[in-house]
Amino acid sequence: MTGKTGVAGPAQARPLPVQATPEPQAAPPPARRGMTLRAKFHRDRALLLMTVPAVLLLTVFHYLPLLGNVVAFMDYDQWAGDSAVEAIVNSPFIGFTNFAELFEDSQFWDALRNTLTLTAFQLVFFFPLPIALAILLNSVLSPRLRGFIQTVVYLPHFFSWVLVVTFFVQMLGGAGLLATVLRDNGMEPWNIMGNPDTFILLVSTQGLWKDVGWGTIIFLAALTAIDQSLYEAAASDGATRWRRLWHVTLPGLRPVVVLLLILQLGNALTVGFEQFYLQREAVGRQAAEVLDTYVYYLGLATQDYGVGTAAGLFKAVIGLFLILIANRLARRFGEEGVFVRS
Amino acid sequence: MTALLNPSARARRRNRRPAWEEPPTVAGQLVKGAVLTGVVLAVLIPVWSILVTSFSSRQAIADAGGMVFRPRDFDLSAYVLIFTRGEVSRAVWNSMFVTVTGTLLALVCTVLAAYGLSRPGSLFHRPLLLFFLITFLIGPGLIPSYVVVTSLGLKDSHWSLILPAAVNAFNLIVVRQFFMGIPGELIDSARIDGAGEWRILTRIVLPLSKAVVAVVGLFYAVGYWNMYFNAVLYLNNSEDHVVQQVLQAYILAGQSPAGIGSPPALGFNAPPSLAVKMAVVVVVLIPIVIVYPFIQRHFTKGVITGALKG
Repeated sequence: MTGKTGVAGPAQARPLPVQATPEPQAAPPPARRGMTLRAKFHRDRALLLMTVPAVLLLTVFHYLPLLGNVVAFMDYDQWAGDSAVEAIVNSPFIGFTNFAELFEDSQFWDALRNTLTLTAFQLVFFFPLPIALAILLNSVLSPRLRGFIQTVVYLPHFFSWVLVVTFFVQMLGGAGLLATVLRDNGMEPWNIMGNPDTFILLVSTQGLWKDVGWGTIIFLAALTAIDQSLYEAAASDGATRWRRLWHVTLPGLRPVVVLLLILQLGNALTVGFEQFYLQREAVGRQAAEVLDTYVYYLGLATQDYGVGTAAGLFKAVIGLFLILIANRLARRFGEEGVFVRS
Repeated sequence: MTALLNPSARARRRNRRPAWEEPPTVAGQLVKGAVLTGVVLAVLIPVWSILVTSFSSRQAIADAGGMVFRPRDFDLSAYVLIFTRGEVSRAVWNSMFVTVTGTLLALVCTVLAAYGLSRPGSLFHRPLLLFFLITFLIGPGLIPSYVVVTSLGLKDSHWSLILPAAVNAFNLIVVRQFFMGIPGELIDSARIDGAGEWRILTRIVLPLSKAVVAVVGLFYAVGYWNMYFNAVLYLNNSEDHVVQQVLQAYILAGQSPAGIGSPPALGFNAPPSLAVKMAVVVVVLIPIVIVYPFIQRHFTKGVITGALKG
């Protein structure tokens, strides 16, 4: 949850696409086996027509670019034709040369290392925090107070990264509120905004500030789903509140935790783009370069489309494998996978 | 004394905690209160301070030595200034166009497709569903997307922000899930009465789905309002810029917006530039803060979590 944000492309990542093929629930069409395709088409033509706009948009803005990834295997010259299609047709295939070039670039490895470090760091230090906050919130008895806290802590999820970074600059930056307060009390202010050494802490804190509240939603739902009589039974067996937390609450949360870990693993190479793009200037490339910004700077800023696309494709394919592996692992450990096969 | 006179209040309070649960410890309560207060303040203090600073006079800001926390005076000149200069108001209009048009288009496409996919067993149901679900698994990639959008001639047009984000498969599944939960008898009886799919959608399904449409609409609207990077990619002319770009330019890049922040040109009563900056922050922030409470009760009610759990 923490620090994870939309991918760089036009598609926006949202928290959780869960359970791909739900059970049929309502309004099954009149069951008639052995209908001809024609009759089925006649019956469902309105439904099909309704999906057309969305299918068209995704075809053009998702699947067409997906095909455009062939550029990763080409010596693409954008001026080789009047249109992109013509340029692709006129550019020669060069196999995996772009990838070889990519893997020889030390900046690529820097970006990959930064990305993985961040993912690991956030997983270890920040993944548990929404769980803790959810348990804490769940123990607030007054529904009104709880509602108020929820309203407040969900809010930053809806802020843009520009806004979040602005907030941090104005609060913790060199001329921010914290520095002012420290100066007034005779202490030495420090600027954590432009410090490359603590950048990982800074971006993680920003991610936490933005999304810790939002991250509690799914855990709160899971907490209310825990059978209350389990607590009572545990208590009458003499379990203290900490033992109940350990033996009832945490096992109750396990399926959701596993689910989120799977998704997290699938997103291991995506740590967000805008957050790093916005602060790159302040802390320098060395600290702020992640895979997504690397793709951008290599591909668009220096116009090296071929290698840039190769970097993007590398990331996408690894991400795909990670999520499929994680899904399989989860099923092996007896949890429901994210994508349920049926 | 008051507690003795008012036993019902105490009883009610006690009733909320199950009998088998041990009474809370003082230390535990203190820690809990401190943590929750801290979390709430971490959000509220910055918002408050930015709001106060944007309404502060130059003198108040100078006295505070930067961001103002305790309001001393109420000065609207920062807002007057940013709205009389063209840049911010033009960006607000651009962002409003993108947000309103985009959200409407996105809602129409999403709701239609969600309804079209809400009948398992209909023609091409599974391949179509797969078509949408695959977009979760693999993204199109930045550079190919850029090439497609520019090849379509959308560069320097606000449609470059609207169209690529108009269908989000996650939102689509949320809406579809909700539609599938609507009792089948309702739809069957309408069909028996001779209603076609379009009529069923507009007369029966949509009126029952206001909450989920509102939440998904909010997601789209917030997404469009917050759109920054695509704007950087596709909108080069400053008159096309959206609010996030202006915010970035004013504050993070420390750029002086045209005509603002150069006191000599503006004369003596020029408002402080920090107030102007914070006023821009407030302009970007306000629509979110206003819209959000209307929708928030829906997602705590479980529209989203219900969909998440499938």
